[in-house]
Amino acid sequence: MENFPLVLVLSSIVKILIIVHLLLIGVMIMIWAERRVSGWMQDRLGPNRVGPQGLLQPVADGLKFLFKEDIIPDHVDKPLYVLAPAMLLVPALIVVAVVPFGSSITLFGHEIPLQIADINIGILYILAITSLGVYGVVLGAWASNNKYSLLGGLRSSAQMISYELTLGLGIIGILMLTSSLSLRTIAIEQGSYPWQWNFLIHFPAFLAFTTAMFAETNRLPFDLAEAEQELVAGYHTEYSSMKFAMFFMAEYMNMIVGSAVTVTLFLGGWHFFGLENVGGPVWSGLISFGIFFVKTAIFLFGFIWVRWTLPRFRYDQLMNFGWKFLLPVALTSVVVTGILWITTNSRLVVGIGNAISAFIVVSIVAGLLVMTTPKPAIQESDSQFAPTALDAVE
Amino acid sequence: MNAEQILFILFGAVSLIGAISVISFRHPIYSALSLVITFFAQAGLFVLLGAHFVAAVQVIVYAGAIMVLFLFVIMLLNLGTLSAKGAIGPKLKGFAVILGILLAIEGIYIAVNSASDTAVAAAESATGTTTTYDIGKLLFNEYLLPFEVTSLILLAALIGVIVLVKRENQEGN
Amino acid sequence: MALEYYLVLSALLFTIGVIGVLVRRNAIIIFMCIELMLNAANLAFVAISRNLGETNGQVFVFFVMAVAAAEVAIGLAIIVSVFKHRQTINVDEINSLKG
Repeated sequence: MENFPLVLVLSSIVKILIIVHLLLIGVMIMIWAERRVSGWMQDRLGPNRVGPQGLLQPVADGLKFLFKEDIIPDHVDKPLYVLAPAMLLVPALIVVAVVPFGSSITLFGHEIPLQIADINIGILYILAITSLGVYGVVLGAWASNNKYSLLGGLRSSAQMISYELTLGLGIIGILMLTSSLSLRTIAIEQGSYPWQWNFLIHFPAFLAFTTAMFAETNRLPFDLAEAEQELVAGYHTEYSSMKFAMFFMAEYMNMIVGSAVTVTLFLGGWHFFGLENVGGPVWSGLISFGIFFVKTAIFLFGFIWVRWTLPRFRYDQLMNFGWKFLLPVALTSVVVTGILWITTNSRLVVGIGNAISAFIVVSIVAGLLVMTTPKPAIQESDSQFAPTALDAVE
Repeated sequence: MNAEQILFILFGAVSLIGAISVISFRHPIYSALSLVITFFAQAGLFVLLGAHFVAAVQVIVYAGAIMVLFLFVIMLLNLGTLSAKGAIGPKLKGFAVILGILLAIEGIYIAVNSASDTAVAAAESATGTTTTYDIGKLLFNEYLLPFEVTSLILLAALIGVIVLVKRENQEGN
Repeated sequence: MALEYYLVLSALLFTIGVIGVLVRRNAIIIFMCIELMLNAANLAFVAISRNLGETNGQVFVFFVMAVAAAEVAIGLAIIVSVFKHRQTINVDEINSLKG
């Protein structure tokens, strides 16, 4: 017992170092992967000159950022302009503290959980810290003193507030079944096999949560805050050099952390067909970490995939989608999960009920929207004069 | 001096400095940021008091939602510093500060006196942390009716805001 | 940590809020000062709640937060519509009942 705190402190420091470096390396790999996968999806090569398969491209990019002149424009609000990138990066870094990235390793008679801090309000911590990310975007936009930036910041703040609701509501169903706010407990409760994982039980909530997470990370199709075609580069138009690099890194870090949280909450954490129990006290921990890593990587691939599959929303479409589809779906999921879990106490019934109710809700909302939307009057007369793409082909 | 005292002084000082900055910065954006810092320090104080759940909710509700709304409005209206003719004179300002100091003395007097009355109540249970389970149990049993009334308040606010904005639109047309 | 320290801190924060309401003329900053006062009350609630070894005080904090959220939503909507009418949010200039 005497040396327990020392082991705790040492293992915590080691874990923090490993995780922070993994995150930074992950960002680099993501930058490379995004460009290569984009190239692959668009039937072109992507960067392949620097290093084998272009793997050193992020290093070259980073060096270029470092040696670029750090320009602070005259018209900006200097303190906030300097502060904003850090305010986006820091929340992205510290959120990972409560994510369990594996079961546990037993070293020298001490069981070391593969998680930096297992606090009993883990999910609330994540919601609280991610909700702070918006300050970096909004303040950077405001401090730039540029119309395009300001528009980007305004869009971002409205978008974040709207989608945060869905993010929170999507989790509540899980909390009801697990009755714990600790991420480790939630991951353990899900069990080893895919059909036990939360994404099947709470399928609509899973979809709503994932979509809201895309919006929170400002990724396509929700990147209205930096829509290139409309706002130059949105909130980071005035940024250059390392400050821009920090915005850039924060975006990828948010993606990685978001994927890790989704894997923990919905995709069974480090479990995979009992593979995580194979081997001794050390090996099982490492294998579980590997499983978690692979799951996160697959989810991150999904991020890139979506980027090149869906076009960007228009602003009113974004708001309509968030408030009229995602929020009702997440809300119904909460109500249905609660009622069915109290009455039947069966995960199967909850899962089926959730899917059916979400289908009903989406149909009702879609029906209402179709009924209330006035028909565009110009369309018919327009089609007689304006040549369509089809005409051009013919 | 133990860790709790050091942290109390740290968080307390930060929250006081933040609060003073709120009322002394000229630009509303800086005031809003100082307020966020104050809320953060208060969340830290809540953690010191063992109220982890309240601390998290404090950050989510105040820093994550309410202050973003403030920022949104400040940016939307593009409110710079107010024109100088609106600011109150130094005499009135001094008067207000004197009134404030009197209020502070009164508050501290009451705080110290009432604290010594209640301090006997439960000294041994004063170190435990409150779990979310405890709060939920209390909230949905003893305080169920107030909880429901709270939801009505929020609903009323929602409708009120929609009515305010809606009327604005029609006049615009 | 004794209860007095928390209560004194709470009283000081409340006072700063009051001074802010008295001194500043910007409606948004006055609003922020009201939030500050509500928070000072929250701090006192939680501190006393721990001192008594019960959870009731923390539950009150939720109600305060809910009221604060409702108040902010309404208040900011009013500020926005006042600004649209009068082009100012200086509380000294908003002095007529008819817009």
